[in-house]
Amino acid sequence: MTYRSWADLGGRPDGRTVQPEAEGELFHAPWEPRVLALTLAMGATGLWNIDMSRSSRETLEDYSELSYYEIWLAGLQMLLLDSGAASPDEISSGRMTRPAIEVAHVLSAEAVAGVLAAGAPVSRVPDRPARFTVGQAVRTGTDSPRHHTRLPGYARGKQGIIERVHGAHVFADSNARGLGEQPEWLYTVVFDAADLWGSAPPGAAPTRVSIDAWEPYLAPA
Amino acid sequence: MTDHDSQDHDHAGRTPSAMELRVRALETVLAEKGYIDPAALDLLIDAYKNKIGPRNGARVVARAWSDPAFRRWLLGHATAAIASMGFGGRQGEHMIAVENTPELHNLVVCTLCSCYPWPILGLPPTWYKSAPYRSRAVKDPRGVLKDFGVDLPQSTAIRVWDSTAEVRYLVIPLRPSGSELLEEAALANLVTRDSMIGTGLPQTPGGAP
Repeated sequence: MTYRSWADLGGRPDGRTVQPEAEGELFHAPWEPRVLALTLAMGATGLWNIDMSRSSRETLEDYSELSYYEIWLAGLQMLLLDSGAASPDEISSGRMTRPAIEVAHVLSAEAVAGVLAAGAPVSRVPDRPARFTVGQAVRTGTDSPRHHTRLPGYARGKQGIIERVHGAHVFADSNARGLGEQPEWLYTVVFDAADLWGSAPPGAAPTRVSIDAWEPYLAPA
Repeated sequence: MTDHDSQDHDHAGRTPSAMELRVRALETVLAEKGYIDPAALDLLIDAYKNKIGPRNGARVVARAWSDPAFRRWLLGHATAAIASMGFGGRQGEHMIAVENTPELHNLVVCTLCSCYPWPILGLPPTWYKSAPYRSRAVKDPRGVLKDFGVDLPQSTAIRVWDSTAEVRYLVIPLRPSGSELLEEAALANLVTRDSMIGTGLPQTPGGAP
């Protein structure tokens, strides 16, 4: 089965200007904050993890036609269906027709402040030494994997330099597939823009672009 | 796609009230099934509407501008330095602060989704999550900056940080000239949200940026 992310936008041709927005403009319809809160509250149940959430959103075929919170709503619905937490009929009718499934946690009002303040760190104790060191030249993989991944298309098959070693972090590629955290070393890898795009604007000081890349994305250059 | 999605895709006339009903139905059934506590939803919304926002980050930047020891701590161990001011948690678990200089301008993007340092900047603005920004920031950052009215000198190098994992970035903008005598609280008022993402510059004392 192929996997397609519709969210990998870096470097795509897009002639539209970016529309700045005032600092207080958070939501543009009354339902948007409810979708935000529903997503956060359902995320707290433990039925899925944040990488599964991102995967559910990026695979929506109408991703590019939806607004941000429409994407979140559609992604949430996919997760509810996939996990068996709700049926299509329940989602459209708003009425319970099947028993609830068991969830590990229900986010209570009393717990909200503490849960937000605690967050969910993804750093883990590594089970092996880092393969790469700061300053080392690396080359990113060229694969388009058949699953959620966080190596952007524009940075595939490119040579860069390890700039920072972050430690071992939960590996999104496995976590998104329900294969466990399988922590991997995470690095900031920096590229010259000319190497990414084949040319650089004449006369301007150089631009460099970095990504955060897990070790499996990288090979020695 | 689900049946529900295709039913709702009547591109002619999807109204906000239809979305409102759809979301309300979902919330109702999820509460009935015992998965969510509606009172918790209200508190989550209140937190991001009223408590967690870019004024937090502005205070961090103002302290970095006025306290050299804090600046060094922030640049070396951002998560801990930011936590010392009471900010941290969800979507700010692994912070890195990067500093603008006259020679280098930093710009933060998430090309893959909308990763953003919530504890210090709140929820991301619409443009940060939009296709034009995510597409162009890595390829044409000078053009994107012009959309924000920022025309960087050609001699200033640009560094774009694509937040592709769970590390979150805060830009420490250049302290504006004329702000030398200001106290921390007054400095924080000069720090705009966009200047902490890298799409803007701080305001200058008594004037526009």
